[in-house]
Amino acid sequence: MIRVVIPQHLRTLANVSGELKLDIEGRATIRAVLDALEQRYPMLRGTIRDHVTLERRPFLRFFACEEDLSHESPDSPLPEAVANGSEPLLIVGAIAGGWERSRNSRRGLNAAR
Amino acid sequence: MSKVRVLVGTKKGAFILESDGKRKDWAVSGPHFAGWEVYHMKGSPADPNRIFASQTSSWFGQIIQRSSDGGKTWKTPGGGPEKSPQGWPMGESNKFVYDESPETGAPLTTHQWYDGTLKPWVFKRVWHLEPSLTDPDTVYAGIEDAAIFRSTDGAASWQEMSGLRGHGTGPNWQPGAGGMCLHTIILDPSDPERMYIAISAAGAFRTDDGGKTWKPINRGLRSQFLPDQDAEVGHCVHHVAMHPNRPGVLFMQKHWDVMRSDNAGDNWTEVSGNLPTDFGFVIDVHAHEPETIYVVPIKSDGEHYPPEGKLRVYRSRSGGNEWEALTNGLPQSNCYVNVLRDAMAVDRLDSCGIYFGTTGGQVYCSPDGGDSWSPIVRDLPAVLSVEVQTLP
Repeated sequence: MIRVVIPQHLRTLANVSGELKLDIEGRATIRAVLDALEQRYPMLRGTIRDHVTLERRPFLRFFACEEDLSHESPDSPLPEAVANGSEPLLIVGAIAGGWERSRNSRRGLNAAR
Repeated sequence: MSKVRVLVGTKKGAFILESDGKRKDWAVSGPHFAGWEVYHMKGSPADPNRIFASQTSSWFGQIIQRSSDGGKTWKTPGGGPEKSPQGWPMGESNKFVYDESPETGAPLTTHQWYDGTLKPWVFKRVWHLEPSLTDPDTVYAGIEDAAIFRSTDGAASWQEMSGLRGHGTGPNWQPGAGGMCLHTIILDPSDPERMYIAISAAGAFRTDDGGKTWKPINRGLRSQFLPDQDAEVGHCVHHVAMHPNRPGVLFMQKHWDVMRSDNAGDNWTEVSGNLPTDFGFVIDVHAHEPETIYVVPIKSDGEHYPPEGKLRVYRSRSGGNEWEALTNGLPQSNCYVNVLRDAMAVDRLDSCGIYFGTTGGQVYCSPDGGDSWSPIVRDLPAVLSVEVQTLP
């Protein structure tokens, strides 16, 4: 099981809240996570990566384990902590944003504009 | 009593304003799609409860929304999370891919960039959605970089009408300040094969065969920013309006100049007349008086606000040339808003209502054809588009 945090606007679009939990078949990669995410939430297709080229949209970044994975190959294995569900994969709106914390729960990332 | 429903797209979401035929007291709902740019919303003439919306973001790209209950609830067509017996939905309502196929498409060429170099066509956003006059499942989309798409399944999927982009003059098109957008789509109610579109900055085009082939209709337009002022294409048309009872008569607000055509765009003549400035974005036609037209003059392309800080709608009852300023209820000092190209609309009540929205977040209504104005709302985000539905 992979944990994924998507930006607030995309959570609204997908009508979900909090972290998403996705089951991935095979090796955990960014491509596999996005494939599973878009299959489960088809309204997100085209919002994180291009429909045709599957390239990451320029203003979105992929972070995990305090590392920027945005420029890694989408077929590179994700860190073990992400693959085993102990750390989330963060899909973040670039330029601005921050953590909104409510009590002990992390509510997500906002792309402040 | 009849009602009106005003659909307002803004820089930070959509709003729906509803009133009875008096247009005095208003109910406001929204923001819908909060935080997103809503370039345009429009209801289907064939089913007024069906409304399409273009929701867009630099971060997340294009989304198409559809309502089947007059804007109370929305969905991304074909994008729901439920798995049907046929499998997961495709989620392609926001997939706008230029048709390059040998059978139906046209090769992707380049277009002019601001500095005169050439750039390839790249999809950026949907500027305008035009529902079919007769079929609630058919809707047209005008996009940036300029092309027209059509959906026949309620916006669940889209196909380019590639005859426009591929008809031959594309390499001479160029972006206006807002991008190379196809912003105007007009359907001829008397001839389902005829449509008009306009692109900034390419000009106006017409099809007489349902979109298979297109021709530029820019004869008579003159543009100082072109080396050949009489060029066939390259003109920065800001908006075009037509009265449905006279589909051969078109009115145009160009970058500079207000124009009219009495032969379906084959020739244009200037009707700017006594306007204080002939720069502007919006133009529209009275619902019951086909020779009564409205514009909002803007000082210049460098300033983008009303002359003298006075927000004035100008009305011509003679189809142009002779204009009167309409100021009753509009701010006449220190007003420096803009009124963007898709931000004016008219209702079809007996006493025709005129509506427009500003980049300052006001939406004004005149229930008496422009004689008097009052704000429906004052403090929305910058208004990108205004449409109105007249409901029984």
